Amino acid sequence: MTRVASALFSRLVIIIPYAWLLFFFLIPFFIVFRISLSQTAVAMPPYTPVFDLFGGLTGILDKAREFSFDNYVWLTEDVLYFNAYVSSVIIAGVSTVLTLLIAYPVAYGMAKAPKTIRPTLLMLVILPFWTSFLIRVYAWIAILKPEGLLNQFLMSINVIDQPLIILNTNWAIYIGIVYSYLPFMVLPIYSSLEKMDHTLTEAALDLGCTPFTAFWRVTFPLSLAGVVAGCLLVFIPAVGEFVIPDLLGGSETLMIGKTLWNEFNANRDWPVSSAVATILLLILVLPIVYFQNAQAKADGEGR
Amino acid sequence: MGNWSRFNIASIVLGFGFLYLPIVLLVIFSFNESKLVTVWAGFSTKWYTQLWHNQALLDAAWVTIRVALISATCATVLGTLAALALVRYTRFRGRMLFSGMVYAPLVMPEVITGLSLLLLFVAIGLDRGFWTITLAHITFTMCFVAVVVQSRLLSFDQSIEEAALDLGATPVRTFFAITLPVIAPAVFSGWVLAFTLSLDDLVISSFTTGPGATTLPMKIYSQVRLGVTPEINAICTILIGVVAIGVVVASIVTKQREAQRERDERAAFAQS
Repeated sequence: MTRVASALFSRLVIIIPYAWLLFFFLIPFFIVFRISLSQTAVAMPPYTPVFDLFGGLTGILDKAREFSFDNYVWLTEDVLYFNAYVSSVIIAGVSTVLTLLIAYPVAYGMAKAPKTIRPTLLMLVILPFWTSFLIRVYAWIAILKPEGLLNQFLMSINVIDQPLIILNTNWAIYIGIVYSYLPFMVLPIYSSLEKMDHTLTEAALDLGCTPFTAFWRVTFPLSLAGVVAGCLLVFIPAVGEFVIPDLLGGSETLMIGKTLWNEFNANRDWPVSSAVATILLLILVLPIVYFQNAQAKADGEGR
Repeated sequence: MGNWSRFNIASIVLGFGFLYLPIVLLVIFSFNESKLVTVWAGFSTKWYTQLWHNQALLDAAWVTIRVALISATCATVLGTLAALALVRYTRFRGRMLFSGMVYAPLVMPEVITGLSLLLLFVAIGLDRGFWTITLAHITFTMCFVAVVVQSRLLSFDQSIEEAALDLGATPVRTFFAITLPVIAPAVFSGWVLAFTLSLDDLVISSFTTGPGATTLPMKIYSQVRLGVTPEINAICTILIGVVAIGVVVASIVTKQREAQRERDERAAFAQS
């Protein structure tokens, strides 16, 4: 009896979340891919169905002949999409590097802080993550506007006499991404630095390393796992970012998340937006798999 | 660890200033008398009183809170199960795929998740609206709960569970009597995280919504596109306040439970 109940319990623990994720996370990707192969139609939903599940095998085979890669051909013909993919990857890459440059000293300072105040510092890094993403991006509009707070401040201390144009440029997007994703970079770096054995750095210093060499040859390599995790946590979502380029970027800013959104909401072209999403996913599949492996490995160590 | 140099302190102060200054400015300007959000014209709470007369906004807030309550609760159950599956059962068929599906939503761009869920709902013929938003939120927040609970389970002393099983408790009873009380603080913070993520979400909600179900972020977004106003600052300040209070209460509760647990453990050792 106990054994049956035990087996049933362990089965259920696995099956319930597994089934949920299969149905609501994995299967939808196949639907996206399927619809990216169909034609746009003026109907609701606005695409011609690719599969008719009730048509049996012959029905499916008939439909399979109607598969069309038109949407993908369309994506390669219009240079706008290609540019949007390239510029998304570049913007996300630049922002990731900037985030790392700002986050590392913060994480390093936190790891060196007296033990008693570390939990408070940790809490302070996590707290902004809980407040709305939209609100945090919105807060920057009032700061970066030509007549905004940053320009007012810089002009009042006579650093500049013409307002800087930052809002609606790529600089605003960099600031937005760095700001929004900073905690994601600080936390993994902090946790790898905190776990570090500090006698190693001391040994390097004793053996005559300069503090910089000691940092670069000992501390930094040991924190690399945290750096990699942080970079992936920033880079992957930033490539598909929509809110930041939409609110802070300009009309000429091309980012694929925004393109997809417009294709879907303004043009109501579901098959093309599905094709856009499929290619975005293909671009991100490698970093995502890498992230999962790193994550799974970290859990293995935690055991 | 070594000495806390001036450089370390400076980088922390600058980093935290960068993190908090925009939010602080936003809160300050929600109390601005003037309609401009960049020029201070005196203290006023009129934007807050105006909010109470904006029925569309209040409706949106109510929808958002209901979605967040339901989805956070379901996501906590599913996420806790997922964490148990990942930590306790290291070998089952398709475990790789399963852990992949738990971690991928953490980094998946929201436009992809939103679009794919919408197409799923259309494919199965579900009417879009309140419930589709809720289902979508359960799906992406459960993975965050799973990660939070998982890290607690990893530092869990399994021998107490084994002791309970050896003494004849059923696995279900062991779970409710031993495991759940120990991981309860993590489960609770997972719930709070899921709740706030759901409260904040714009992109996934926009894709999966239907007529009649407008959430607060969607409402804020459509107003932000028209320009920055103190009224939006006021809504944002209220949201920030709610979340900040929630997080602080959650952390106090967690700390107290941890302290209580430690006292209990010490008492148990003292008796034995």
